[in-house]
Amino acid sequence: MKVKKISAPLRDEDVMQLKAGDNVLISGVIYTGRDAAHKKIFDLVQSGEPLPVDFAGQMIYYVGPSPAKPSEIIGSAGPTTSGRMDAYTPMLLELGLKVCIGKGSRSQAVRDALVKHKAVYLASTGGAAALLAKTVKRADLVAYSELGPEAVYRLEVEDFPATVVNDVYGKDLYEEGRKKYEITNLKEVD
Amino acid sequence: MRKVDVADIAVAIAELSMDANYNLGEDVLKSLNEALKAEVSPVGKNILVQLIDNARIARDNQVPICQDTGYAVIFVELGQDVHLVGGDLYEAINQGVRKGYGEGYLRKSIVADPINRINTKDNTPAVIHIDIVPGDKVKLIMAPKGGGSENMSAVKMLTPSDGAKGVIDFIVNAVSDAGSNPCPPIVVGVGIGGTLEKAALLAKKALLRELGQSNKDSFYSAMEKEILEKVNNLGVGPQGFGGRATALAVHIETYPAHIASMPVAVNINCHAARHKERII
Repeated sequence: MKVKKISAPLRDEDVMQLKAGDNVLISGVIYTGRDAAHKKIFDLVQSGEPLPVDFAGQMIYYVGPSPAKPSEIIGSAGPTTSGRMDAYTPMLLELGLKVCIGKGSRSQAVRDALVKHKAVYLASTGGAAALLAKTVKRADLVAYSELGPEAVYRLEVEDFPATVVNDVYGKDLYEEGRKKYEITNLKEVD
Repeated sequence: MRKVDVADIAVAIAELSMDANYNLGEDVLKSLNEALKAEVSPVGKNILVQLIDNARIARDNQVPICQDTGYAVIFVELGQDVHLVGGDLYEAINQGVRKGYGEGYLRKSIVADPINRINTKDNTPAVIHIDIVPGDKVKLIMAPKGGGSENMSAVKMLTPSDGAKGVIDFIVNAVSDAGSNPCPPIVVGVGIGGTLEKAALLAKKALLRELGQSNKDSFYSAMEKEILEKVNNLGVGPQGFGGRATALAVHIETYPAHIASMPVAVNINCHAARHKERII
């Protein structure tokens, strides 16, 4: 299986290389953010106030880690369900966000916005949280410490594994993968 | 009357909270390995390998399998010949959760109010189900439940004319609609019969059954097999990327129903199907 390596900041042409179904390894900076942080950022954009992070060319990871033990950089850190961020994602893509990482399917509005703004949605393995945490080499709090596990962190990762679900060409791995392996009664008759 | 100090229950709950979140059950690991052997999708195989590796890393380092260390769902089977001493049982259980989630570096995922959403910061309160049973023992089951899979659960008040087919279709559709969201391969807990709340509780209890065991009634064990085959034919596969292993198991629990009713509840668990128990 061929694996593509990516790092932020990403340009349109970098993102256009990624196709639904590709396995990728991410190294470098990714920002964390989930439900509450998305809402806060959305409210700042609405009121025209400055943001804690410049998202242009960057990646955001939908994660709320478990607390780190004293010997750890970060606690277990697998993806959360992305669908809950759907309402906010088109706005972040408009700000130049290039990659979002989570798990589970996205709305048609998000998929359309990914095509429009030349960005991709990746899934990392839900529940592989101890394994994913091992790829995190550094974690710095950036904003909203009051949100606890929902605060925004700047992570430095090395070979963080993920799979391209939605690409800039409008393809969706969940739909295609399922179609490929579905066994219907109709097929059995064939 | 045998005396049991609730302080001992608090200690047990704290230890079970950590144990359940760090150490995936042998039954689940075995089932994941079997799913890996049977998986035809290369992407699906890759995911199953990650999940098995992840369970090993979590166990070796005593860290959570998943960052979502769940709602603390506690089942208590309280022997009727037990005299609880030393304080309030519910408070003791919550004390145990507070200690286990604090000292165990488990995530605090509970908000005090469903709409105003302020985190309680200690993962309390637990959801506590108590059954009074014969004997002088106290059995505690700690089953942390993640939000992603819980959100994909479903309940419907079917009518008797819907029959077995109606039940099967409802369950398969619930798994189909859930797709990639509940972190497949999943475990499907089903409760059929009783009332609305009884069916939901049965579905939750069905998730506590060891993987590989089927319903003792041959009619329902056949139904479990049929539904498992149907959901694995959906093609959802590990993480929803396509493949065979959509579910590791389907567990059905039933209860007598009203002449007018046929409630069906589906409680979905992710592949990190966590539960640990202890008898005091």
